[in-house]
Amino acid sequence: MRTVIAAIVGFTFALGLGISGMTLPSKVIGFLDVTGEWDPALAFVMGGAVLVYGLGHALVPRLRRPFAAEAFQLPTRRDISPRLLLGATLFGAGWGIGGLCPGPALVSLATGGLAVAVFVVAMTAGMWGHLVLGRLRA
Amino acid sequence: MTPGDFVAPLSGGLLIGAASVGLLLLNGRIAGISGIIGGLINPSRGDFGWRLAFFGGLIVGGFALLALHPGAFPDTPSQSLPVLALAGALVGFGARLGSGCTSGHGVCGISRLSPRSMAATATFMGAGAVAVYAGNHLLGGL
Repeated sequence: MRTVIAAIVGFTFALGLGISGMTLPSKVIGFLDVTGEWDPALAFVMGGAVLVYGLGHALVPRLRRPFAAEAFQLPTRRDISPRLLLGATLFGAGWGIGGLCPGPALVSLATGGLAVAVFVVAMTAGMWGHLVLGRLRA
Repeated sequence: MTPGDFVAPLSGGLLIGAASVGLLLLNGRIAGISGIIGGLINPSRGDFGWRLAFFGGLIVGGFALLALHPGAFPDTPSQSLPVLALAGALVGFGARLGSGCTSGHGVCGISRLSPRSMAATATFMGAGAVAVYAGNHLLGGL
């Protein structure tokens, strides 16, 4: 059941990304071009998503458990660590350069384009690199 | 900007929010793409199937978009291949180091009023703006 739900969520998420404009790097770069010809459209993506998610999240304290799983598994950390900020800085730089974040990049694989495939391979390598670095430090 | 310009972003955002809420209230999980995919690269027992199913849903969703709404995708790549490789590596490494990306921090975390996610979202938007500025003005367009 959880697997079926996850598949439907992934599918719906992809449609939302495609409809919103997040799969168009030019829109993303336009949104981040705050000193140039700023295109505020993508602020509405986050606004809409936060609105719905905020309402849904308000139900969590009233539920003893999720409908299809045994317990909620939600992040609990609240500390703003150097690692968090460094990671967000690198991520943001990549997002601004390429105009793609992980979800839209994966959704765009369907086009069969070489450019997006290169981005996804590099992104996977970056994730793998983080994993390897963590193991070396451990 | 005309009202028509924000109908699609808002509709897409509502759909992203609804999908993410579904994962929260049904499965009890955060819909953070980089976290879900990161767990595929470093699998742990009993925690792989749903991640793979989510990934499959995203990919199939991409094909549905291609068939029904091909305008969702650009005609030409945003950058040259080496630049896209650099961008992809930064996105992948940075999202894992920073414990999340646009979805996990920017949507779920902001909605949950998580201080970490608010700090991360402000930081990655700022870094993105700097990267775009640098690309446009200092490097004369990459």
